[in-house]
Amino acid sequence: MEQTWKQAKAAFAAIAVPPIAWLFLFFLVPMAVIWAYSFGENTGPITIDLTGTFANYVRALEPLYLQIFWKSLIVAGITTLLCLIIGFPVALAIAFATPKMKSWLLLLIMLPFWTNLLIRTFALIAVLREQGYVNFALEWLWNNASGFMTLVGLQPLGEYEPLTLLYNNTAVIIGLVYVHLPFMVLPLYSALDRMDRSLMEASLDLGAGHLRTIWSVVVPLAAPGIASGILITFIPALGAYLTPDLLGGTDSQMIANVIERQFKRANDWPFGAALSFLLMYLTFIAIAAQAFIQRKSERRG
Amino acid sequence: MTDAPVSSAPSNAPSPKPTPHVKDNAIIRFEGITKRFGKMVAVDNVTLDIREGEFFALLGPSGCGKTTLLRMLAGFESPTEGRILIDGKDVASLPPNKRPVNMVFQSYAVFPHMKVSDNVAYGLKMDGVDGGEIKRRVDEALELVKLGGLGVRMPDQLSGGQRQRVALARALVKRPRVLLLDEPLSALDAKLRDQMRSELTSLQEKVGITFIMVTHDQDEALAIATRCAVMNRGVLTQVASPGDLYEFPNSRFVADFVGSVNMFEGVLEKDEPNEAQVRCPELGAPVYLDHGVTGARGSTVWVALRPEKIEMHKRAEGSTAMKMEDAPAGTNVVPGVIRDIVYLGSETNYEIELEGGRRVKTFRSNLTRYDQEDFTWDEPVWLAWHACSPAVLLS
Repeated sequence: MEQTWKQAKAAFAAIAVPPIAWLFLFFLVPMAVIWAYSFGENTGPITIDLTGTFANYVRALEPLYLQIFWKSLIVAGITTLLCLIIGFPVALAIAFATPKMKSWLLLLIMLPFWTNLLIRTFALIAVLREQGYVNFALEWLWNNASGFMTLVGLQPLGEYEPLTLLYNNTAVIIGLVYVHLPFMVLPLYSALDRMDRSLMEASLDLGAGHLRTIWSVVVPLAAPGIASGILITFIPALGAYLTPDLLGGTDSQMIANVIERQFKRANDWPFGAALSFLLMYLTFIAIAAQAFIQRKSERRG
Repeated sequence: MTDAPVSSAPSNAPSPKPTPHVKDNAIIRFEGITKRFGKMVAVDNVTLDIREGEFFALLGPSGCGKTTLLRMLAGFESPTEGRILIDGKDVASLPPNKRPVNMVFQSYAVFPHMKVSDNVAYGLKMDGVDGGEIKRRVDEALELVKLGGLGVRMPDQLSGGQRQRVALARALVKRPRVLLLDEPLSALDAKLRDQMRSELTSLQEKVGITFIMVTHDQDEALAIATRCAVMNRGVLTQVASPGDLYEFPNSRFVADFVGSVNMFEGVLEKDEPNEAQVRCPELGAPVYLDHGVTGARGSTVWVALRPEKIEMHKRAEGSTAMKMEDAPAGTNVVPGVIRDIVYLGSETNYEIELEGGRRVKTFRSNLTRYDQEDFTWDEPVWLAWHACSPAVLLS
């Protein structure tokens, strides 16, 4: 039967050609064009000569841009780490919830996906700004504490100074963690949910406590899930554009913001293309690292 | 538990297997244990003592609550009602990692990311045993389960049987008071299963630890255990030695679940201290018993007759009337016709149709190489059995 399926070449082509053509026309060709631009020069407002120069890459490796690359890596790394620290217990809790609770909890994790990123980010601004809910809550606590101090005869705390939670690096990281947390929780959940429960029970049975069981049994066995969670969080965080744009200050721009500026305001497509490809190469390195971990753990069974 | 088995006559009981390592004290005591999952009652008011040194089997069909009982003992479930005592101490407040019991899981649950020796050492590390002692005891445990030298392997380099040995070594190395085995042989192939059966019994005698095994396989329970508890729908039906369980079942469920049986419904007509008689319409003849049963006259009872306890004799064509002089010696005789023959090598199974149409199974050992040729299809036969063979069941 397999033979006949492969022999039916017309049917096979009818199914395979459209998606391949689609990928070729709308993914590979534009990528190739941008790649070619990265070796070109601006010769007029809209004309680019493909001169084969490496000048764009040389410029992209100047300390100014390297620093932004480095900073993007740090911000994405911190975001990923925070997502892992927050996401692991969440994923564990969902995996161990009753089947009914499980679907509700998963729904709650997915819910933000159904809302536009722009709206979510503006909502976060409303929460974090000086006249926002975090500061309201802190002010309320502050005033009560101050009132209490007066009551017991101590010096009151004075006027509440609202915290500056927006337009800085902290805001960017808060925003990125908020946006990317589901990307971390879902692969972790699927790895933990698949795990043989009797392995954890065996660990408890042999005298290990719960934390020890998580560290010695659950984490090593969930390693492939953790690796793909890290990757799937790190890559979009590295290329984040909207969040640093809206929540970040002047000094918290990430590489995607710089690239955007080259393509739009600076109208320097060749340089933007070079930066884009450098970012993509970084991504490839991350993917290769994850594949390496995956293969290693698969070999182990 | 239901009433005592009605047809148990202690003088008839097979002498129990010698078990010098079994002590009198109850190492495990279940006191009125009930476990509910929502509205479902998984375990229903079970009271049971397990003695130190026993190889105890919890036997029952799937979903009868035997595994739940085992998991409550290990601490993975907590009873809704009742108390569990280990060495006389209530273990309700003890989490699994603090209980003096260890478990061999059905899936073995060998940690796939650790070497065999690290798997076995895991429990000792948790107990804070020092390095040299760990190494010595791990080697000793691997030797005990015949895995000496395989400590450096990863679990995926082992066969299923070897993985099970790792699980056994990992549990035994902690020298638990009680070893729990959840369906230990179900994942092995037939040959290996037979081998593991005898290895488990000799291992248990060697280490002297109380073993409690959960199984749905009655052959396995009869072959391995010193004592069995049969469970049905959460209720403990009978607790007895394998021999008593098979020969003196206390209910239709046990008679049917353990081994093969011919069951006839009847009415108790006569019940004297030394004899009894049950009228069985399906059998076409009364069943005579050489012992009394404790039942009310005229009450409905069931007669359970094991196939291997029915003898088969040649019968002349047409002699169907119940005349004792036509029949060979024996109290209970009925005529029938062979309808089906299954040759199994060591024995042959026959299916005999009685005059009323009811079919009866009988097993006949092939004592010589020509025994299988004695009877053939559609041959008229007499079925006879000793008056002490049938078990009379009240429920």
